[in-house]
Amino acid sequence: MAPVSLTIPCSEEAIRALHVGDTVSLSGILVTGRDAAHKYLCERFIRATTIPESERQFYDELRRVLDGGMIYHCGPVVRRDATGKWEFVAAGPTTSIREEPYEAEVIAHFGLRGVIGKGGMGENTLRACREYGAAYFHAVGGAATLIAHTVKEVLSVYKLEEFGVPEALWVIRVEHLPTVVTMDAHGRSIHDQVEALSRAALGRLTCQRAKS
Amino acid sequence: MDIPVASIVELIRRASTLLPPDVEAALQAARAREEPSSAAAEALDAILENVALSRALSRPVCQDTGTPIFYVHHPPGVSTRSVRACIEEAVAEATHQAFLRPNAVDALSGRNSGNNLGIGFPVFHFEEWENEWLEVSLLLKGGGSENVSAQYELPYAPLQAGRDLEGVRRVVLEAVHRAQGQGCAPGILGIAIGGDRSSGYTFAKAQLLRRLDDLNPQPELAALEERLLHECNELGIGPMGFGGKTTVLGVKIGVLHRLPASYFVSVAYMCWACRRACLTLRDGQAIFA
Repeated sequence: MAPVSLTIPCSEEAIRALHVGDTVSLSGILVTGRDAAHKYLCERFIRATTIPESERQFYDELRRVLDGGMIYHCGPVVRRDATGKWEFVAAGPTTSIREEPYEAEVIAHFGLRGVIGKGGMGENTLRACREYGAAYFHAVGGAATLIAHTVKEVLSVYKLEEFGVPEALWVIRVEHLPTVVTMDAHGRSIHDQVEALSRAALGRLTCQRAKS
Repeated sequence: MDIPVASIVELIRRASTLLPPDVEAALQAARAREEPSSAAAEALDAILENVALSRALSRPVCQDTGTPIFYVHHPPGVSTRSVRACIEEAVAEATHQAFLRPNAVDALSGRNSGNNLGIGFPVFHFEEWENEWLEVSLLLKGGGSENVSAQYELPYAPLQAGRDLEGVRRVVLEAVHRAQGQGCAPGILGIAIGGDRSSGYTFAKAQLLRRLDDLNPQPELAALEERLLHECNELGIGPMGFGGKTTVLGVKIGVLHRLPASYFVSVAYMCWACRRACLTLRDGQAIFA
């Protein structure tokens, strides 16, 4: 089946129309964020009672770009040319499950419509996807050069000094980033299905006696 | 012994941008097995396209260029301190050239050193041998696969795994089940039976330097490698954990002597992007493999 094209930011309606197994080609604005970013967003903004004045601009920018937007779990390899322009050299997804303690709150607070990563996420994120109308888009792990080619422009970068290249929040414009929906806004997860099937297979394989 | 820094930079470039031919062949064979137009087949298509593109453009196969682990075999009389200094210089240069992502992070402050140099980073293993030439092997081990590596102590009650190869088989299957797609399946398993907690993992990782199509000289281990390869694939986790017929591409097992009290099984999970390269410096010539 031909992939569904989705432009980011996108509507709740567009996300609710998607189901696990759909292949989706993503275009538009993404923000990379992984371990340091998720911890920071939760502790400094979401769970905090006030936003420090020094962080106000960063926070407002994030709110603007993440409203209806998506976070990409990715720590890229980047290069800077002589004019100071950034280029994404390699940019596959990182393992998403590490952000499980934070993602549901990030989805709720910033109004995310999607999370892009690899390996899938847990029940809190799945619940948030259903409640707020978001989905999990699985990119191909390790397909770094291929995905970097879909990154057409680096628009800005936050926390580069503090977090370093892989952990910084890179605001990028992508065209036709190929993904598969593996967790949808209807409470379904391919990861849960595969886990259950492989658990049953493990049971069969470890019950049988050693072959001579 | 003089080591040209440029030859180590080239070793790093090759490891980062060229997937070994045996791994690529295994991925192609996996692609042929999966159902056409399944998510598994499409993931493998993307992987193979990415491998070809990275090779053509000389760009990292995966953005997580991991922990660079250097295995140095050297003739007698070589200063390992000077070899280390030369490799460190090359690592910083390869990072500057974007063949490596800056990956060395201060464990306490979270600060990235920016050049892949830090405390215990990169990792070195030195060994003197009787040959008059020097060999440097490099393994780039990504973080996602490192996080799903596992170490078991037999006996392991939940699986009724005792201190024998049947027990080893059971815990390895469980480790692969636990990993699901998190370590970028289809993975490659480096396994060490025996040793202590640190030597076990070290030796398990060293198994990942073996070619996928080599044959374990110990027949009972060769048989277990073969059996585990088939049985891991019966788990049905598939490429990226999408479900499918290929969960692992290879299983490589080594054995260390152990204490009477300990029976460790260390499973070093490697992602499909098993990036390894080897440099031999002989008679002033650099030969890459």
